[in-house]
Amino acid sequence: MSLDTRPKPLVDNWNRPFWEACGRGQLILQRCKATGKCFFPPAPVSPFTGRPEWEWINASGRGELWSFVVFHQSYFPGMKDELPYPVAMVKLEEGPYLLTNLDGIGPDEAKIGMRLAVRFPGGPEGFTLPQFGPEA
Amino acid sequence: MPPDTELASPAISAPWPLRDKVAFAGIGTTRYGNFPETDSYGLGCEALNAALDDAGLRPSDIDGLIVNRIPSYERFAEMMGINPQYCLLTEAPGRFSGVSLALAAQAIATGAAKTIALVYGNNGRSVRMMYGGGDSQWSPWGMTSPGAIHAMMWRRHMHQFGTTHADLGPISVAFRHHACLNPDAVMHGKPITLQQHAAARPICEPLKLLDYCLINDGAVAWILTSAERARDMKRPPVLLSGYARQDAFHYGSAPADDFWYPTLSACRSVYDRAGIGRDDIQGLGIYDNFSPTVMFSLEGLGFCKQGEGGDFVRDGTLQLGTGRWPTNTSGGHLSDSYMQGWGIIAECVRQLRDDCGERQIPNVNAMQYICATHIAQSLILRRAGA
Repeated sequence: MSLDTRPKPLVDNWNRPFWEACGRGQLILQRCKATGKCFFPPAPVSPFTGRPEWEWINASGRGELWSFVVFHQSYFPGMKDELPYPVAMVKLEEGPYLLTNLDGIGPDEAKIGMRLAVRFPGGPEGFTLPQFGPEA
Repeated sequence: MPPDTELASPAISAPWPLRDKVAFAGIGTTRYGNFPETDSYGLGCEALNAALDDAGLRPSDIDGLIVNRIPSYERFAEMMGINPQYCLLTEAPGRFSGVSLALAAQAIATGAAKTIALVYGNNGRSVRMMYGGGDSQWSPWGMTSPGAIHAMMWRRHMHQFGTTHADLGPISVAFRHHACLNPDAVMHGKPITLQQHAAARPICEPLKLLDYCLINDGAVAWILTSAERARDMKRPPVLLSGYARQDAFHYGSAPADDFWYPTLSACRSVYDRAGIGRDDIQGLGIYDNFSPTVMFSLEGLGFCKQGEGGDFVRDGTLQLGTGRWPTNTSGGHLSDSYMQGWGIIAECVRQLRDDCGERQIPNVNAMQYICATHIAQSLILRRAGA
């Protein structure tokens, strides 16, 4: 079981800085300059104003487990060995949600509302995938 | 939904100029199953011919055409020999069954067309269509498929309101019971119990096999015209009395963190638009791609309080013969076939014509359809003259 065989991200002009930051072990988010609110996935404009007035910020990397599922059905050949695998919906401290995986705890130990922190254990060639585990 | 999100939906009690102006003049459905010998065009032609026969019309009577899940409106029109003055291909997701219906009603009411055929054709089963996999925003984390999105939402609902997976059981069991009363349903003759629902194979936990819809080949066609024209046609017209819709696209490509409750609540305006109260409705059609959407629909439209859906459906409320709100009497997506809302709306029309035999709702005058998605919708159909 390894993150090496995960599907590769779809990189576009807006999320490229996000993936480059993950490669450096840093979670970044776009923040709307007018409202101070963060948003994800990366986009050309702020959804709060419709204007291209935003900046990248370093996110705290902390959040809470909002919900999670456990996949028993195989959809990706590179993840067959991981079945059954959890996908977690994490609400970041800055507001946006990320869909990610649990690292360091099994789905049996997962409790909605628990505090989680980001870590970067690996990914498919050329990428590092943010994963979330119990806050230190 | 963030508390400062604005909804565009009209105030309750805003007048709706289309009330009872447009009617179903004909419907047609194919059998549902695995039919590699045909395709969505062949199935669509079969359904449209059934609808034309039902309405007593010929292809040359059709001056408007909307197709869905059929690759090309142009090729389909060519095949059927239809040269309309209004033609459209709508998007693939099932939310577009209701949207297509509303577009057709608007076109008829404004004179853009007189008689519109709406044709849905799907050969997803025989071509092994996968609802999941492929590249997407979330595929590096293994997140894919509409079922997983609903599983994520249902897990949160369980946490927030104390509901359980077992609360979904009465929904699957009721619709399967209906399929057993419907000789054309895919799951006819295969009743299930609450225990079987609980013990089914997990697909994406917390959801299991019997929470998922059935992918099949099949087609559905509706013919719509003005209420006035429909009066002179073969079958008793079924009127579109009210339609309400509110979209929300701010979920960051993630599962809806509010169960679409605000947007579904906005659709309660459908009663004022139709001039028909909830008490005057005898049965429901609910878009059941996965069993939790039935709960989100009932809570959002106000059939019970938010979080109390499990209690609401527990004693067979949705089951014909036992409950106040017989729902998806054909078997729905869970036990008849996933015809993406098109088949459920056709079943509402059948109910209002007393065409349902053993599964007929007694003394039915009005039916309500609900679709819980990013495009939340509800519509009310009624018998002409009722």
